[in-house]
Formats: sequence, structure tokens, C-alpha cells
Amino acid sequence: MTIAVLAVQGAFAEHENVLERLGIPYVELRKKEDLFIKYDGLILPGGESTVQGKLLKELGMFDTIKEQIQDGMPVLATCAGMILLADKVENDHREYFKTLPVTVKRNAYGRQLGSFYTEQEFKGIGVIPMTFIRAPYIDSVENGVDILSKENGHIVAVRYNNQLALSFHPELDNDHRIHEYFSHMVQSHMR
Amino acid sequence: MAENRYKLNKELAQMLKGGVIMDVTTPEQARIAEAAGACAVMALERIPADIRAAGGVSRMSDPKMIKGIQDAVSIPVMAKCRIGHFVEAQILEAIEIDYIDESEVLSPADDVYHIDKTRFNVPFVCGAKDLGEALRRINEGASMIRTKGEPGTGDVVQAVRHMRMMNSEIAKITAMRQDELFQEAKILQVPYDLVVYVHEHGKLPVVNFAAGGVATPADAALMMQLGAEGVFVGSGIFKSGNPEKRANAIVKAVTNYKDAALIASLSEDLGEAMVGINEQEIELLMAERGK
Repeated sequence: MTIAVLAVQGAFAEHENVLERLGIPYVELRKKEDLFIKYDGLILPGGESTVQGKLLKELGMFDTIKEQIQDGMPVLATCAGMILLADKVENDHREYFKTLPVTVKRNAYGRQLGSFYTEQEFKGIGVIPMTFIRAPYIDSVENGVDILSKENGHIVAVRYNNQLALSFHPELDNDHRIHEYFSHMVQSHMR
Repeated sequence: MAENRYKLNKELAQMLKGGVIMDVTTPEQARIAEAAGACAVMALERIPADIRAAGGVSRMSDPKMIKGIQDAVSIPVMAKCRIGHFVEAQILEAIEIDYIDESEVLSPADDVYHIDKTRFNVPFVCGAKDLGEALRRINEGASMIRTKGEPGTGDVVQAVRHMRMMNSEIAKITAMRQDELFQEAKILQVPYDLVVYVHEHGKLPVVNFAAGGVATPADAALMMQLGAEGVFVGSGIFKSGNPEKRANAIVKAVTNYKDAALIASLSEDLGEAMVGINEQEIELLMAERGK
């Protein structure tokens, strides 16, 4: 199993560190040619969605990755990654993959002073640490979207087929159960 | 500042990595910067090249102007306060700035003490030209470091010098015996624990960007190849012939900083670069402010 980590901007190295600790091989996606490497799952890291979305399009990576996701490639999207997947972003006109039928609110907790840490129940895993950095949350979901976690009434984690999207950053805390959960998703997709 | 808050503040800097933070003076410039792919903007009244040209005392920007920029973009907004001017910092915290740059670009308000940044909830980035300065700022509560470089010159030589200096000092500490670290902490005038961190990890405990004199995509890629985790571009963009195109090119050069063919094509037809001043022609060395 090889996981590709989108590495155009943001906290991709943190995801790579977790994969390393779990002994999972990974590759970085920085430009179009990187997409020819064979990989079985995809991580869309935190960072700025405006930057990542723009670079995906202008570096010629957008259409291929969108097709891969539509064809069922397992994807773990954190924070900015969740915005890239969302069908609708309530407070932003920019549109990206639109493969995840949810409506997301960007910077939903406000500016950096609104960033916070908490521990909440995550369906199928238990209580996990959650770090929110200028984070989005999900306002509403369409049929078929499984809500995996809520924080203070807001949806902060969902799964839709092979897309796992989180408002928070599992790569920033020393608890790797989310990445293990995702690696199981990739394994069952490979069978 | 709670330990938890400091961790969150370091983590915001982690989200900015691999990105370009651009100086802007108006909401319009901020929108151009965001559209060009800036991962954050630095709101200030005058860019360093103009501060340099105008002379006189340079202070924190008008909060109203900063708020205008906050309203104009969705990416993080940073702003500068003078070294040691904790009331300017309090004001910036009150308007919920995402990051404060306690900056040598402005006239220092205190020639002895930096701001006690541990007393704030908003994060601080500080400039450094060597490892001692970087670790002293971190000990004071900075959650992000940038090289000082020499702002407003368009000359990258000092940013290169500062980044190389930090790298070589880090390499030296990494190679030291455990029992040599006490003496190194004394020499650097920094807490022992921070020296131990550098010894064990071979890097600063916070994100480290390059700043000061970056004017071209090649400059930005140079700093990335030297180990910067991202780049601040001040005067280099809005003092150039075609700010939009240059900003776009610098953003892509930072993402693919090892791809010479791509950087070659990005460097074509960028129009005039900022004129710049050579190191030897400078009368005011901003990097000498605040050690």
C-alpha cells in the first residue's frame, strides 16, 4: 500500500511523519508528473484551501485527482482538504472537487483566537484528541453521508463512501487511530 | 499564555508552511495577493522599501486599515508592531489579528527588552539572524521565526547569510556531545532546554520562514533549498512591474522549489523586478535592530 500526500502547500510533512511511524510508504504530489506514480490512497492536508485549490488547478493536477476520487480512491481530508472536497462552501464562492455532498462553513470558529483543542467521541474509534486551527465545520449533509463526530453540536467529521473528511488535525497529535482507520479503508478498497 | 494556546499558535504556523506571505498596504492589494496564492498577508501602511525611502519613525499601522484588510480576505492576516511595544501588540490582539510580527522593519520602541510574548493569546513571529536570536525569541514566546534578511532592499544576500548561519549553528549543536550543551547554552545566551531540543531534533522548535530581500521566484526557491519552510515577500511584489504575475510565480516556485525547468518558465516575462539597493549602499541596517 502506498499513500499519496498532496504537498503543494500546508502541513503535509506532519501527515508523512504519522505514515512513517505506522510504517506506511508514501509519495508526495507536487506537480502533474507525480500523478503518474501508482498510489492507493490520498491525503489532502491542512493549509490554506485558496492556495491549494489554485495550485491544483494551475499545476494541472486538478482533473486527474478529481477523477481518482470519483472512481473511489480512498481520501483522507483534513481542514483545508475538507473544503476542497465539499460540494458547497457556504461563505466562499470558490469551488473545488465537489465530490463530498456536504455544505461547509470556512473559518467557522473565527480567527486564530478561536482555534482550540478538545477531545470528542469519534464513531467507531472512541474518544480522540482534536486540534482545530482556524477550522471549518459542516453545516449540513446530504443523504448517504455518515456523521462520525460532532463538537458542540457542529459536525466535524464525516464519511461518504471512500471519502473521510475532518475539520480538525489528527496529524498534529500523538494519536494515530484516524490514520489507522484510513489505512483500513485503503486496504479494503485494494481487495 | 496557556501551554495549550502556545501549541495551537505554533500549529497555525505549520499550516502556513510551503507558502508565501505577502506584504500588502490596501484591501485591493490583499485581494490580489490572495488571488495570486498567498497563504497569509502582512498588513502594513508602507512596505519596507518605502519605509526605507521615507525615513523617520515607523509605527504600527492604523487599526482601521488593518480591519479593512481582514474584511477583504479569508486567509490569515498578520500585522507588525514595534520591537518592545507591547501596547501596539495589545491593540493588534484586540482586533483579533492572526499573527503579530514584532518587527525590526518598524522603529524599535525599546532598545533593551522585547515583548513578553508569553502574556498574549495571539501568536508572534519574530526575525532572527542567528540561532541565539531565534531561541531567545522563542523563549520569549514567539511561535514562529523568520530570517531578518534586509527588508526593502530586494537584495537576498542577508537572508541567505542568516539562514546559512542558523543551519550551521544547528548542525554544530546536533553534532555535540551531551555534556557540551550547557556551555553552548551559555554562549548563545539561551535556556539549556532549547539547546537540548535543537540537539535532539536538528531543527528549531517552531516553523522557520525566510524573509528580507526576496524579489524573484529564484530567490524564493533559493531560500527553500537552503531549508526555509516558507517565504515572506515584502517589497518584492508590489514594487515590481507586474505584481500579480510575479506573486503567482513566486508561489509556484515555493511549491516546486527543486524543479529548475518549472522555475525557468515561471521566471519568463515577469516584467521589471524591484530595483533594489545593494547591501553596501544601505545606510540603515534594520537587521541590527533587536538582538
